[in-house]
Amino acid sequence: MSILEVKDLKKHFPIKSGLLKRTTGWVYAVDGVSFSIDEGETLGLVGESGCGKSTSGRVLLRLLPATAGTVSFDGIDVMAASRTALQRLRRDMQIVFQDPYACLNPRRTVKNIIAEPLRIHDIGTEAERKRRVFELLETVGLTAEHAERYPHEFSGGQRQRIGVARALALNPRLIICDEPVSALDVSIQAQMINLLEDLQKELKLTYLFIAHDLSVVKHISTRVAVMYLGKVVEIADSSVLYIKPQHPYTEALLSAVPIPDPRTERERRRLILEGDVPSPANPPSGCVFHPRCPRMQPDPCTKAMPPLEVLDTAGGDHKVACYFPTRYDAQAPAGA
Amino acid sequence: MTERLLEVTDLSTHFFTHAGVVKAVNGVSFTLDRDETLGIVGESGSGKTVTAMSIMRLIPDPPGRIVGGGIMHKGRDLLAVSSEEMSDIRGNDIAMIFQDPMTSLNPVFKVGDQIAEVIRRHQGKSKRESWKMAVELLATVGIPDPDQRVDQYPFEFSGGMRQRAMIAMAISCNPDILIADEPTTALDVTIQAQIMDVIRDMQRRYHSGVIMITHDLGVVAQMADKVMVMYGGRTLEFGPVDDVYYNPHQPYTWGLLGSLPRLDETEKQRLTPIEGQPPNLLLLPAGCPFSGRCPYELPVCAGEFPTLEMVGGGHGVYCWIPIGEREKIRAGLPRFRHEAAS
Repeated sequence: MSILEVKDLKKHFPIKSGLLKRTTGWVYAVDGVSFSIDEGETLGLVGESGCGKSTSGRVLLRLLPATAGTVSFDGIDVMAASRTALQRLRRDMQIVFQDPYACLNPRRTVKNIIAEPLRIHDIGTEAERKRRVFELLETVGLTAEHAERYPHEFSGGQRQRIGVARALALNPRLIICDEPVSALDVSIQAQMINLLEDLQKELKLTYLFIAHDLSVVKHISTRVAVMYLGKVVEIADSSVLYIKPQHPYTEALLSAVPIPDPRTERERRRLILEGDVPSPANPPSGCVFHPRCPRMQPDPCTKAMPPLEVLDTAGGDHKVACYFPTRYDAQAPAGA
Repeated sequence: MTERLLEVTDLSTHFFTHAGVVKAVNGVSFTLDRDETLGIVGESGSGKTVTAMSIMRLIPDPPGRIVGGGIMHKGRDLLAVSSEEMSDIRGNDIAMIFQDPMTSLNPVFKVGDQIAEVIRRHQGKSKRESWKMAVELLATVGIPDPDQRVDQYPFEFSGGMRQRAMIAMAISCNPDILIADEPTTALDVTIQAQIMDVIRDMQRRYHSGVIMITHDLGVVAQMADKVMVMYGGRTLEFGPVDDVYYNPHQPYTWGLLGSLPRLDETEKQRLTPIEGQPPNLLLLPAGCPFSGRCPYELPVCAGEFPTLEMVGGGHGVYCWIPIGEREKIRAGLPRFRHEAAS
């Protein structure tokens, strides 16, 4: 059962210039993104900086207005929801932000920060809220003693736990995790990943996990969507995507990640992409990846963006947006 | 016989702050030979950047000071040379590239001027000649249309191209040693792959020694011949990469390797993080900095730093746990079970 359905979501930011601040162009940050998330699963949204992954997360919570597209949460149209309906929806959809320093108000105690969602939604009495804060602190691996302290008294990893406790306060069903571990050191990052996995199991949470680190995304996700320049170019089960990537961009991305194993590294063949990611203000014609693509053919690649669709040879719900995807012969061994 | 380029012995760099003394680097030793790549790996606050800055003699004084140890570069003591001599050594003999290429380039000068200035300063070439060399260098590091790019300002370059320009500047005087401090941390993976390629290419061409400072154990596995693992200002383990990755002896190294999710993992394994929080550098224990977080801590650990124990050719470890005991513990850790079997 899918809990979230995103269809053809678009977010274009105007570029304003001149004295009159007239709109002289558009940044196509998110340009036709579709996916769905099943209850209880983790969908990883991965891509390089500027590909629109974070903007997608914000738009589907309506933290930013969408330019076009629909988002439905449990059958309710998020984009059309009234103010009160939206507030009700936000009890079920929460977000954990990337920067554990910027996302907590430095002037408020941890208790205040975590109790705020409860206060806004008018849940419980003061005493009940306090009990709930203590309970949440313990859920995320902190203690009740931490409640009266201020954010600056905590390390980055502990702050991120406070952010998670706040997101959990209203018992949400879906949490959007926007790069929740990228600001943390490896040893702390692993604690956080385990915590998120434990919470998912205990509280039956659904995650949209946005990150640029492919190893982390692979580890935590059930399915993974790869974004490039505002579009989803491939989406598949995490284990399948990493063994049998079909889009040349996914292949290049996977081959670029260094693996902490010297022997594997010596034997690997790397596919190094040339050039930089084009600007989303001036995306290439046709397939957005064609200027860097090793398999590019002027026709059709420069003419039109290929649709994101299921390949018959792949089976399942492995979708790819490419005219020349890598096809895996059923007889050939995996990864060959 | 390989040529020894750098020999650091018992280096200690401390910062004297109002809150107390921060022992950022505490008795660190290593060597670097020609054609060799040393990876220095550690989390934030481990002292890896301060180690590099000490070699370059770029520690701001006050509050920082190199309080002990020696840094020998091809037989010359870098801690004894005058600051004028040191300016010549920087760039000519030892060059460094930094994490954030935007803050290392001057935004108001053209990229070409900045590279040419280094060449004029260190090689006494004419303005014309040095500009021509700047164009060639940009081509060498793989910047397309170098004769136009050389005329542009840093803001017109993407992050990856800025880092290429920094590398061009660093190699402009053909240094023996290139220190790269988290050179790709601010960049995307596909760009990181390009930059690593350029660094390796430069090393092959100029036979330099490279010190790669990073928090990424994947980058070390990809680039380095040997590795040094730092924590709380101390080296806890060092050796050839294969030895340290497949036969690690320090509980902190186990912790780091166990914390990493791996792209090549075929079945999902729960991560085994290091519990606790990173140490407060003002309140480091007198002994092993990892005591307090180490799950196998002995009573001696917090009070006294262990002596060096060599466990293989060039593979050393600082740990009080007896070697037989260590091997037993490691064999039981999920991350190393298959290594023990193979």
